[in-house]
Amino acid sequence: MSSGQPRDELSAQGVQVAGRLADVSLTLAPAQVTAICGPNGAGKSTLLAALTGLLVPQDGRVWLNGGELAQMADRDRARAIGYLPQAGEVAWDLSVRALVGLGVMPWAAAPLRPGIGVAEQAARVDSALATMDLMAMADRAVSTLSGGERARALLARVLAGQPRWILADEPLAHLDLSHARTLMAALRAQARRGVGVAVVVHDLTMAMNHAARVVVMHEGRIVADGPPVEALSPDVLHEVWGVRGRWLGDVGEWALAISG
Amino acid sequence: MTRLNGLLAMVLLLAAGVSLLAGPVWVNPLALSQDGRVAAILIELRLPRVLLAVAVGSGLGAAGAAMQAYLRNPLADPGLFGIAPSAALGAVGAIWLGAAGVPVGPWGVPVLALIGAGGAMALLGLIAARGGAILFTLAGMMIASLSGALTSLAISLSPSPFALSEIVAWLMGALADRSWTDVWVALPLSLLGTACFVLVARDLDAMSLGMAAARSLGVEPRRLQALLVLGVGLSVGGSVAVAGIIGFVGLVVPHLLRPLTDRRPSSLILPSALGGALLLVVADSLCRLWPLAGGELRLGIALSLLGAPFFLTLLWRMRARGLQAGATGGWI
Repeated sequence: MSSGQPRDELSAQGVQVAGRLADVSLTLAPAQVTAICGPNGAGKSTLLAALTGLLVPQDGRVWLNGGELAQMADRDRARAIGYLPQAGEVAWDLSVRALVGLGVMPWAAAPLRPGIGVAEQAARVDSALATMDLMAMADRAVSTLSGGERARALLARVLAGQPRWILADEPLAHLDLSHARTLMAALRAQARRGVGVAVVVHDLTMAMNHAARVVVMHEGRIVADGPPVEALSPDVLHEVWGVRGRWLGDVGEWALAISG
Repeated sequence: MTRLNGLLAMVLLLAAGVSLLAGPVWVNPLALSQDGRVAAILIELRLPRVLLAVAVGSGLGAAGAAMQAYLRNPLADPGLFGIAPSAALGAVGAIWLGAAGVPVGPWGVPVLALIGAGGAMALLGLIAARGGAILFTLAGMMIASLSGALTSLAISLSPSPFALSEIVAWLMGALADRSWTDVWVALPLSLLGTACFVLVARDLDAMSLGMAAARSLGVEPRRLQALLVLGVGLSVGGSVAVAGIIGFVGLVVPHLLRPLTDRRPSSLILPSALGGALLLVVADSLCRLWPLAGGELRLGIALSLLGAPFFLTLLWRMRARGLQAGATGGWI
């Protein structure tokens, strides 16, 4: 236990992973959407994996509510942190309800393991389905869903675990504008309910308009961190992405103009 | 799911009952009490054989379902980990030693087969414990290839033509001329193996989302891997120890039953065990009934003869319908 760690936070301190992360420190706040941006290979997914506890860094520590994540029981960690991986793979042609039901797993009662019963599990699945507007297609096979519906179902899987933290790795990849907005709106709704959300986003306009905080990574380091207007300033855009760009418009409806 | 299990169990009981009566000598159940020889055929020959078919088939079916779930591949087969070929190597070694004059006794074949399976499991654990499914599969294939080569070596160096024919016949897989000893080897191992798969059933469900998501849901990869290898080792090792190499059951049975379930891996393990048992009981009965010069059709050959064309037909239908992208479980 380190002294002075506030109760409700997920925090990486001096995290290093050879070739990918160099001394990264980042503290996520609850009730907020934090966008993690950066070019390919900047270390975004690696940082997310470290914050999820999937990757134990060679140096540095990850703290969850004052306890070290690497020391926590897998099940406790899984209850607190919901992780939406990049690939979005579903190996078997499950129904939407069965897919979403996987999210309840860390809570489910099992032999020698106390947990919630079948009825409560079903209630949580229903609630997640309703939140993502999937009730009408709950019994459909995942293979019959459109890309946007599939992305909603995958997020509903995470919501069914009712995590305190949601870490999503590029959930907007392959989504059209409208579905991307729907998904970001769902993540913001979770943040309003108190959930801390970190989302890796390539679309800077999405980050600018939908995140309360933007973390910019470059070559394994955090180079900017703050409100979107500051973290994605023209100087940062130039330094990190090598483009000359400026933001047009106003809060919530920013557009990026690139002039070279 | 319970309905499917109940149905399969009922059909299995029926098939087992008919199988007890079927054979070169058909047993009239009404004549049982009058004829002592009939009772002897039933209890000493037919009953162990039917129980062996149940034990071997259920173990192979459940192992196939678990392997397909773990590797997220509908074409995975319990043979992939190299455990079956290693068990076969052990059994062949026992036959070889017996022919060379070393007294191995009636337990020699099953014990050495289980040692072979155990060796493969230990090697897998040593090499691939920290790796993912791909390293695991590669290591298993190498072990299978090594065991296969050593088995061929044993055949080519066989001490007598008689040993040669015995080894080759044994490798083909059969349930003929087995005794209660074999039942007591195979049945507990098959049950224990299936119990291992049931213990990791929910973990296998989570694996549908890939290893990273499964771990984020609290799955402990090393526990999953250990129980899976243990389960495959017990069920497949036990089945090879008493019946030789019997292919197709672990591949085809989960495949056929998957569309009848909700496609969650955990929903498929028990049906696959029951379905594998059913398939072997039926196939073995047919082998017994099939008149063939010089004895009966070998079960391993019969399954391949039936299974391969059947599987090709399924592939043909799949081709006709076109591959469904992404969801491999919806294949057929």
